[in-house]
Amino acid sequence: MKESLVDIQNLDVRFTGARTVHAINDLTLNLGQGETLALLGESGSGKSVTLKTLLRLLPPKRTEIGGKIQVNGTDVLTLSGKALQQYRGAEVSMVFQEPALALDPVYSVGAQIAEAVRRHKGISRDEAMSTALDMLRRVRIPSPERRLRNFPHELSGGMLQRVMIALALACRPRLLLADEPTTALDATVQIQILLLLRELQREFGMGVIFVTHDIGVAVEVSERIAVMYAGQIVEEGTTQEVIKDPRHPYTRGLMAANLHGVARGERLNAIPGAPPSLETRPAACSFAPRCPLAEDACRATLPPVHVPSPRRRIACIHANAPVSAE
Amino acid sequence: MSVIDATVLPGPEAPIDKGGPNQPLLIVKDLKKHFPVRGGILGRNKVMVQAVDGVSFSVRKGETLGIVGESGCGKSTTARLIVGLIEKDAGEIIYDGEGLGDVLSLRDLRRGVQMVFQDSYASLNPRLTIEDSIAFGASVQGLSDPLGRAHSLMARVGLDPARFAQRYPHEISGGQRQRINIARALAMSPRLVVLDEAVSALDKSVEAQVLNLLADLRAELGLTYIFISHDLNVVRYISDRVLVMYLGEVVEVAPVDAIWARQAHPYSGSLFSAMPSMDPDTRTKKPPLTGDPPNPINPPSGCRFHTRCRYAEAVCKTRVPALQPIAAAPDHLAACHLHDLSSGHEKAGKEGLL
Ligand SMILES: Nc1ncnc2c1ncn2[C@@H]1O[C@H](COP(=O)(O)OP(=O)(O)OP(=O)(O)O)[C@@H](O)[C@H]1O
Ligand SMILES: Nc1ncnc2c1ncn2[C@@H]1O[C@H](COP(=O)(O)OP(=O)(O)OP(=O)(O)O)[C@@H](O)[C@H]1O
Ligand code: SF4
Ligand SMILES: [Mg+2]
Ligand SMILES: [Mg+2]
Repeated sequence: MKESLVDIQNLDVRFTGARTVHAINDLTLNLGQGETLALLGESGSGKSVTLKTLLRLLPPKRTEIGGKIQVNGTDVLTLSGKALQQYRGAEVSMVFQEPALALDPVYSVGAQIAEAVRRHKGISRDEAMSTALDMLRRVRIPSPERRLRNFPHELSGGMLQRVMIALALACRPRLLLADEPTTALDATVQIQILLLLRELQREFGMGVIFVTHDIGVAVEVSERIAVMYAGQIVEEGTTQEVIKDPRHPYTRGLMAANLHGVARGERLNAIPGAPPSLETRPAACSFAPRCPLAEDACRATLPPVHVPSPRRRIACIHANAPVSAE
Repeated sequence: MSVIDATVLPGPEAPIDKGGPNQPLLIVKDLKKHFPVRGGILGRNKVMVQAVDGVSFSVRKGETLGIVGESGCGKSTTARLIVGLIEKDAGEIIYDGEGLGDVLSLRDLRRGVQMVFQDSYASLNPRLTIEDSIAFGASVQGLSDPLGRAHSLMARVGLDPARFAQRYPHEISGGQRQRINIARALAMSPRLVVLDEAVSALDKSVEAQVLNLLADLRAELGLTYIFISHDLNVVRYISDRVLVMYLGEVVEVAPVDAIWARQAHPYSGSLFSAMPSMDPDTRTKKPPLTGDPPNPINPPSGCRFHTRCRYAEAVCKTRVPALQPIAAAPDHLAACHLHDLSSGHEKAGKEGLL
């Protein structure tokens, strides 16, 4: 692996309050400098919580966090005050699914990007504005001089997402977190944004964690994939390894449920059932109730983690089972 | 997962097939809907968004028509016009041979045509239990035994009434809610169900469950679907024919295999090649379409796609291409001068272009 950028060790995140949710359970994940990783998984599996923990965005009063997170050598979980502010934006920044929520409707997009740069870099207003203009150019917004003065509501969905990316990258973070940034966009705009992110990632040499539940999107943007289920990583490897040789039954189920190449009218191999509620901490394989290969051992204890090669792992007793002929 | 049990739909009626098997279930002719919005610098002028501008197509009994196209091209507006949720400005809606407004009342149309929306949560009343939500429409329509109907429909969409009937919408998962929305639409015994991004918010594993359910219901109840989605893989899986819209107009209609093999309209070509690759070794290299869609308040002259089309020539800016069969196949329609030998487009009729 290249020099380490993100090092998450045995992370636990639990929400307390009216209802306890064990959102993240003993999650370990590494990312090298300049690597792109897709976090793939179903709704509620903890993808967003993982990103929010990395940015320290969770409500401290109702959240219990255990484990260790280092980003670029910084101990993230102990940061506070000025250091935390500096870390957010300058070291790590985030792009959300809904750009409208992240942008302020009463300021022009140029002013918002400039303000973010000024806060972190302490440069003059004029310099900040020219950085903003440069960023709009880099995200390929047509007539950027004019768009600088536009308000968010004057831009289309695809353009807003570009502005969001410009804002996130304005301070040249080492790590970009992207939470389903193209899910709300249609296919032609989605592919534009994905390719733009790929280019900017290379240009800036930053690391990217990209959350999605769309396998095709993961294939387009990432060199590595980690598959989440019930707050844990159940499979990890290079994109080639995970897509061409999925080993965990959940990953295999996802690939089989995928419609790509399925003949019309043929029955889909849907994964039956629904994910667990996470009211208690998983003490066995969380996928067992839905798994076609489940045995007593799967329901009794946490599955062993197979590590066939240094950065490949599968949390399943059947990791080496041949792929069923179907 | 098997969701179909032996229960039969309660209440009146297999619907009467008035027009006979060859009468399309739905014919839409030159449908128009323009929305007034505020425009101009100060927002004082009233201008019109040409959301749907002269859309024509038909849906045969028992078939599934997929509708695709860029965001804002008028798919949902078309759907809402068809189910009578909004009033058309012009054009005709003919349901099983009867025109809306002359023979057919809005009430009759709404009984025959039901809609399922994307947002499973927003379309259910949070204060009604699930059984009441399903029974509500049926009782408004005066159908017999609405609660019994609700229970057998719940069983049919794979939700045990004993466990789920008394729950509220926030007490079930997204996939379960979408099944409830489907059950609610079916409670009216419709013949045509319009599904507008009905599986888009679901996880892939749940999406597959709901698509299997839709296929079962179609086979069993002889339903006809109009299926709107951004996801071309889903559209391919479920549709018999596909209709492509661009900026309020229909640009192509074809059987699903035909359009998959060959997109006749340049916009359809871009749309289909925008699908993410599923193979890490052959990732997409260049976006097939750049720029934003033009403003529907003031759409481009001639062919509305000419501002972004790589085949555009002078004639494309001045003349509107008609939607007509392409030379190779009578059931494959496209609205592009490239397919009209008399259009004067230099490349018209040249093989191997698209
Ligand atoms: N602030 C919170 N308080 C309580 N529970 C929470 C909170 N945020 C998230 N959760 C719960 O934690 C679990 C993981 O949520 P998360 O948002 O990470 O899922 P996700 O994988 O991002 O799903 P999606 O694909 O739907 O966005 C879920 O069960 C969710 O309900
Ligand atoms: N009630 C309304 N008032 C004003 N404009 C409207 C209204 N409803 C829709 N529009 C406009 O009409 C056009 C077509 O919208 P429509 O919702 O039909 O598109 P769509 O194809 O369903 O898009 P999407 O894929 O994003 O759902 C858009 O420009 C939209 O902004
Ligand atoms: S009519 Fe002209 S501009 Fe329109 S799609 Fe065909 S070639 Fe392109
Ligand atoms: Mg999320
Ligand atoms: Mg819509």
